Amino acid sequence: MSELASRTFLSMKDLPSAHLLGTGTSMCAGCGSLEALHEIYDILGGKTVFVNAAGCMTMLSNYPFTPFRGGWLYASMASAAAGAQGVRDALDILLEKGRITADEDMTAVVLAGDGSTYGMGMSANSAAIERGLDFLYICYDNEGYGNTGQQYSGATPHGAKTATSVRGFPGEKKDLFSIWAAHRPAYVATVIGAEPLDLAKKIERAARMKGPRLIMALAPCPTGWDFDPKQTVEIGRLAVKCGVWPLKEYADGKLVHTRIPHPRVPVEDYLRTQGRFSHLFSPQRNESLLAQIQARVDAYWTGVH
Amino acid sequence: MSRTLITGNGAAAWGARLAEADYVPAFPITPQTEIIETLALWYERGEAKGRLVTLESEHSMLTAAGAAAATGVRVFTATSSQGLLYAMEMLYAVPGWRAPFVMVNVSRGVATPITLESDHTDILAARDSGFLQIHCASCQEVLDSVLIAYRVAEDARVRLPAIVNQDGFTLSFTREPVEIPEAGAVRRFLPAFDPQGMAFRASRPVSQAVAVLGGSQYSYFRYEAHLAALNALDVYEQAAGEFASLFGRSHPSLEAYRCDGAEIVFFMIGAFATKARDAVDRLREAGRKVGLARPRLLRPYPEAALRALLLGTRAVIVVDQNLSMGKGGVLYAELASALYGRSGAPLLLSYIGGLGGRDISAEEFYEMAAEARLAMDTGVVPEPRLLYTAEELRGIRKLQAIAQAGRAGMGSKP
Repeated sequence: MSELASRTFLSMKDLPSAHLLGTGTSMCAGCGSLEALHEIYDILGGKTVFVNAAGCMTMLSNYPFTPFRGGWLYASMASAAAGAQGVRDALDILLEKGRITADEDMTAVVLAGDGSTYGMGMSANSAAIERGLDFLYICYDNEGYGNTGQQYSGATPHGAKTATSVRGFPGEKKDLFSIWAAHRPAYVATVIGAEPLDLAKKIERAARMKGPRLIMALAPCPTGWDFDPKQTVEIGRLAVKCGVWPLKEYADGKLVHTRIPHPRVPVEDYLRTQGRFSHLFSPQRNESLLAQIQARVDAYWTGVH
Repeated sequence: MSRTLITGNGAAAWGARLAEADYVPAFPITPQTEIIETLALWYERGEAKGRLVTLESEHSMLTAAGAAAATGVRVFTATSSQGLLYAMEMLYAVPGWRAPFVMVNVSRGVATPITLESDHTDILAARDSGFLQIHCASCQEVLDSVLIAYRVAEDARVRLPAIVNQDGFTLSFTREPVEIPEAGAVRRFLPAFDPQGMAFRASRPVSQAVAVLGGSQYSYFRYEAHLAALNALDVYEQAAGEFASLFGRSHPSLEAYRCDGAEIVFFMIGAFATKARDAVDRLREAGRKVGLARPRLLRPYPEAALRALLLGTRAVIVVDQNLSMGKGGVLYAELASALYGRSGAPLLLSYIGGLGGRDISAEEFYEMAAEARLAMDTGVVPEPRLLYTAEELRGIRKLQAIAQAGRAGMGSKP
């Protein structure tokens, strides 16, 4: 296991105690996306322009209210990364020409769900990475089109029940981490709100870098995954402990797992917590599918040291 | 001021250069590509200062354009046809950001069938987007209109993006003598972009393009943008007037060519209107009281100027180089709505012509004028018509026969 070299966040005690993101938003109770965003925003701070793609988080900024202390620009579902390009390029031009001072500069941050990120936003983001855009991309991944009532997306795991896959999603969750890493950007990391220290170290590291920095946060979703909102943190921890959500980072051509769960709890313990997998357990256990899902997780971790 | 032979695309690039656009998000598409290639070359050689970034699509290109304008730099971009349609979501979105910039559209017919040559169906799909629209009939106008467009778009009373439209091939690839104004004079006409505090700065946080809940807020913002577009009528005339006094070239929102005492008026936009101008000259020589009305400004629609010009004439021949399927010509319907029920309203004749670059001949202009004369005499307005000759149809039949023969030859037909 490799420890992140953090200057600030050595233990939970070091995490920010005051939160920057305003409260009273229209997000659902127990929203795992908002949980992660709170933690990320505490570290990034207000000198940021959040360029948003259509999704649940679009409803954060509702005229005339916003929980953000810095900038916000709603772009579209497919082109938030291009919006970040426009903001970054414009700020660079203004700095170069001396039309603004360095302290007026802001960081361009994309905030997009998995529906956008794994699907129609992919080409805009891929192109932003290939151009070496200096930006942070945050994908909150609740494994479906959550804002429209949880239809399956390219991020939906195999077997999950969604509004458009009532017998379980037949496809496979896309390995977006590898797709991103294949672009050789400055930084790629997975995070989850339930592991705030690991998240804080990664966001701090990303914030210190230049170039394309891509963060994906698994976002337990009470309404979409069908569980009690008070379980968000516990389910997030289980996702890490059972190994379906590996905490890892990619930088300088190297992939490092920042947490290797050992021993891993059975995936079943994670799946059981969510109504979207209830058909795997009742009316009778789907042994073959459960075994298949466990085998895939096991296969992933084989060779990870 | 120097006079040189350049294409419409070259003129568009000169417009961006003289406007000292800071930022050019780009994407290649025929027949527009020469514009971005020209700018890229100037920037690389250091002949002009600007940053050109090629995005991966027009949809992203327009997003970047809007976002950069919303951050407070002067933005120029260009597209055409399928690219404009691909960007359509953002075309409707960015005017609401109230982030002004200028885009040149090089009109080209839209698929299907896919073609490279010009008509205005592409740009008219952007009609209701909130972009201002200036339509050009010469390469000089392209250059001048880009400069005027910035003035209007950036005006505090307007703050909307603007499209300057030119015809693919007819203007984009045709060299015409163009006067390139002095940079200093242009700076006096068009000072640096002032974002008026609407920009992303660390010391002054703003949220832009936020969501609304409910029709009341939505209606408010949509109508505000509409009122801003209407403001652009006066702002345009002021800017064009100042441009005329500085540079000696007059580009009012509505060109009235030989309309004094005209009974019959052709109504067209774009480069093919210059063909109507020639026809008007010939018809005038033959003693006919014929003129041409050519709106440069299509959004906002110069309704008052059109009424002032056309009420009292006897027949207006609208030649639409576009086609709204299941309805007909877009300009015809728009003009009818401006004139209907007003006293002195002329008869309106509707023709569809010049689709996909199909020529409109002098004879066809004379024929349309003759049909207008007949309508005036009989009071009976002919049905809308497509300008299309029997010979062309025979040509199509011949191609169909060849296609059929080819299939028979391959044994797919008994």
